[in-house]
Amino acid sequence: MMNSTIAAISTAQGLGGIGVIRISGDDALKIADKVFVSLNEKKLCDQKGYTAHFGAVFFEGEKVDQCVATVFKAPLSYTGENVVELSCHGGTYVTKTVLRAVLDSGATPASAGEFTKRAFLNGKLDLTEAEAVMDIIGAKSNAAMRSALSVHEGALSKAINDVKEDLVMRAAHLCAWADYPEEDIPEIEFSSLKNALQLSKEKLNNLLLNYDKGKAIREGIDTVIVGRPNVGKSTLMNLITGYDKSIVTDIAGTTRDIVEETAVVKDITLHLSDTAGIRDADNMIEKIGVDKAKQRLSTAELIIAVFDMSSPLSEDDISILNDIKGSTCIAVINKEDLEPKLDIDKVKEVTENIVFMSAKAKTGVKEFEDILEKVAGTADFDSSSAVLSNERQRSLAKSAFNALDDAIVALDMGLTYDAVTVSLEDAISYLCELTGERVTETVVDNVFHQFCVGK
Amino acid sequence: MSTYFAGNYDVAVIGAGHAGIEAALASARLGCKTAIFTINMDAVGNCPCNPSIGGTAKGHLVREIDALGGEMGKTADECFLQMRMLNLGKGPAVHSLRAQIDRRKYQDVMKHKLELCDNLDLRQAEITDIERNEDGTWTLTTRMLAQFVAKTVIIATGTYLGGKIFIGEVSFESGPDGVFPATFLGDSLRKLGIPTRRFKTGTPARVKKSTIALDKLEVQEGDNPPVPFSFDTESLGENKVVCHISYTNEDTKKIILDNIHRSPLYGGKIEGVGPRYCPSLEDKIVRFEHKERHQLFIEPCGLDTEEMYLQGMSSSLPEEVQLQFYHTIPGLENALIMRPAYAIEYDCIDPTSMNATLEFRDFEGLYGAGQFNGSSGYEEAAAQGLIAGINAAHKVQGKEPFVLDRASSYIGTLIDDLITKGANEPYRMMTSRSEYRLILRQDNADTRLTPLGYELGLISEDRWKRFNEKQELIKAELKRAKETVIPLSDELNDILVSRETSEVSNSIRLIELLKRPQLDYKALESVDLTRPDIPQSVFEQVEIAIKYDGYIKKQLAQVEQMRKLEVKILPSDTDYKELPGLRLEAQEKLNKIRPANIGQASRISGVSPADISVLLIWLAKKSHEKSQTEDNTDV
Repeated sequence: MMNSTIAAISTAQGLGGIGVIRISGDDALKIADKVFVSLNEKKLCDQKGYTAHFGAVFFEGEKVDQCVATVFKAPLSYTGENVVELSCHGGTYVTKTVLRAVLDSGATPASAGEFTKRAFLNGKLDLTEAEAVMDIIGAKSNAAMRSALSVHEGALSKAINDVKEDLVMRAAHLCAWADYPEEDIPEIEFSSLKNALQLSKEKLNNLLLNYDKGKAIREGIDTVIVGRPNVGKSTLMNLITGYDKSIVTDIAGTTRDIVEETAVVKDITLHLSDTAGIRDADNMIEKIGVDKAKQRLSTAELIIAVFDMSSPLSEDDISILNDIKGSTCIAVINKEDLEPKLDIDKVKEVTENIVFMSAKAKTGVKEFEDILEKVAGTADFDSSSAVLSNERQRSLAKSAFNALDDAIVALDMGLTYDAVTVSLEDAISYLCELTGERVTETVVDNVFHQFCVGK
Repeated sequence: MSTYFAGNYDVAVIGAGHAGIEAALASARLGCKTAIFTINMDAVGNCPCNPSIGGTAKGHLVREIDALGGEMGKTADECFLQMRMLNLGKGPAVHSLRAQIDRRKYQDVMKHKLELCDNLDLRQAEITDIERNEDGTWTLTTRMLAQFVAKTVIIATGTYLGGKIFIGEVSFESGPDGVFPATFLGDSLRKLGIPTRRFKTGTPARVKKSTIALDKLEVQEGDNPPVPFSFDTESLGENKVVCHISYTNEDTKKIILDNIHRSPLYGGKIEGVGPRYCPSLEDKIVRFEHKERHQLFIEPCGLDTEEMYLQGMSSSLPEEVQLQFYHTIPGLENALIMRPAYAIEYDCIDPTSMNATLEFRDFEGLYGAGQFNGSSGYEEAAAQGLIAGINAAHKVQGKEPFVLDRASSYIGTLIDDLITKGANEPYRMMTSRSEYRLILRQDNADTRLTPLGYELGLISEDRWKRFNEKQELIKAELKRAKETVIPLSDELNDILVSRETSEVSNSIRLIELLKRPQLDYKALESVDLTRPDIPQSVFEQVEIAIKYDGYIKKQLAQVEQMRKLEVKILPSDTDYKELPGLRLEAQEKLNKIRPANIGQASRISGVSPADISVLLIWLAKKSHEKSQTEDNTDV
């Protein structure tokens, strides 16, 4: 727990000039040495603290990028533990690949606010900051949960879940067979068990191999534009995406109710959804669109809420304000060129990030950029949480793969099934971590679902 | 009518079933003046369901109770009719011992042990009321208006509390086996502020042996030689009975489905929640409709009775329907039902309102154990009774609480599950519930727990000496296995070939051979020439330690991780609503369960790793503040 070595991308994500991957824990230097080779081929383990070394990072035998490794030795580091910071060129692909190399070499993905937590527990932060730290962790975990939710919809999590369910069925059979020896539970057949484990292992392997293909992972800040109909959302969307057409891509498979595009504003990647106007809809089809918009609202990392300066706040506007309260958001007050009728104080109660603009007349664009930069750059806006939660899935899938391998080895050696079951349950427990279930309960529930047992 | 004062006790135990017995014996043996109240002197230590002790995971519990100095295992050994070690061949983690016992003899032996125990008074009385006195003691009032004052109280009312029996359309207030129920205590508890809920369980009919065509049925023999539960029992002698096996069929199913509306459960008369773990036959048939047949075991209830127990055939259908469907079963065509099957509903509490000592968090000095706490089974009850008894005694004596964690035992796992996750249905122990099952084996219960039992004062010097001798033998034999070289020989390779493992081309250490799953001590007897003459149980320990070494080490590492969180104590008066950063769900769950430490908090569903981080920081802040205040006081 506390002693494991953790890693994460610790710079805001996007097309910035540098990306930093921070590794912290007892084994930070050892792990860094597995991925980083310095120009003079000296090991980081042998280096002093507060030193920087130029070299390159390698992943699966290939060079990923040039890199500067900065070494901090416990207790003289941010977290008070051994720390290595790998500074490479920015950009999602490079930073993510470096992170992956580090995770594959034995680090675990840092959970929300974990660096800060360690810094605090190691006495590196002032006591008075404790409550602020607790708040940050709370906020970060909410952000992480949001991205986990959005990842949930993804094909990857479905595939992982399918593997998990297969394994739970097998584990439940083994458990029923052991816990109810005198009931007529079907015998465990060696070859069928082994084939099943082998199949699951292959499925996990394919998942890991194809992980980056397709659209399983989405970079950038998951952003949603909301507002009642006709406040100018689409115009705003076009204005933002119109910044640099060359790096705007369409994402296939979007619903007809939500338009999705990726845009880069001031080096910040936004994954944008323009939703159906939110209002109390009577029409069935429109209602579906509105429900989808509301759902996006709950999974998005950043909300851009658009209001019309030229009309008073409507009931729908107020409902939107209620929905976005407590979220990371920017309020865009559109149509500033028209006669003002909107009660701006009501908006101020919800957020201080307010921009006045006219999307049509293209005024206020600079202000919007500045606010966006400020919001995306604030400490508790963890723009890398989506990548991290994806990396966490991958890392857990990999651990599950290894545990399954242990189970198969135990089977091949001819060890008794109690040992096989323990490894199998290890594999399930990694997959369960994604959903927060507990393996023993999941398996026991399945026993009673699948088998008629009990005296 | 007026009450009269009848005496003072340190510990008062309400109920003399399996939980109450262990509780009372432990507390009396630890030196506390103890009373145990039974509603009927002939119902002490009753087994109102199957005449057997142990079984999968339950056998682990019995061994653990014994290793800590409890009584269940020894008494089961004294009253055994047949012993079976279940799951042989499936791995040592899931080996489980089960005894068929002589039910009446078990009651007599247990009752006599209670009568002979120093510091212990066994009394027949129905407790109708308990009240807390201003000085923290408790007053217990009996139906005969006697009043006892006790420093601590352990409630172990089993299925007696508000008990109600259902047989088809007929229902009446009753404890098990027609003994009268505890009618008043439930109201007294609710008045005190302890909410109760209804659980249900059931038992099959008992039929007359001479009316069963046993010669037509498959026989199930015991083990030869039978193995005892207690690490103190030297040998058992021979098995005294056999069991028989039969199956239901399509006719049975038809009769049950035709009459399902007459079941009080399906007719909606029972409000209690029944266990998935012991379903009635009608439950099994409704839930698993495609299943063609269901197995039953026919078990003798004792040597001096013709009553036979029909394991697997519990039911709450009307008596006439029972008669019809039992008669469809091969062997039972002419069976005489001596007692009908019934379902019983009873009051129990939500165990998440308790500490790991089984003391109510909000009622100091009040403890609960067994079915009252929402569990099912004699063994689960006895395990809790032992822990509640030890802790009640420690409370009286001003000693530290005695808590077993999940990594120490099935007892610890059972209690942690109950107080952390609660029970939505009667809780049954299963090996699948322990994440540490490769180290929590029934064969090493003594190694794990007897040192704790000795420290408590529940293990005699004599037994302690024998325990240590065995541990020395294990160490010495492990050393010998590491050092002994088995020379290369044809004989050795013949053994290896016959066991389907690869031959060797050089001499090899004994330990290397024993690591192979295909080999064991027995197979190597003829080539292991320096083998000492020591008990089989010692070889067993060494063999398991060698074979599962990698797994055992892995689990021990997990245990170490877990224990780091287990020592981070959360103050019991924390209001989690006040802590910033905790998610709403976590705040609510933590306020309900009130975990004793971070480890327990992390096992609550709905408490995320981030919430745990928040708690860790908050604890660090608190302990820092505390040490600063102390520094200031020093100045």
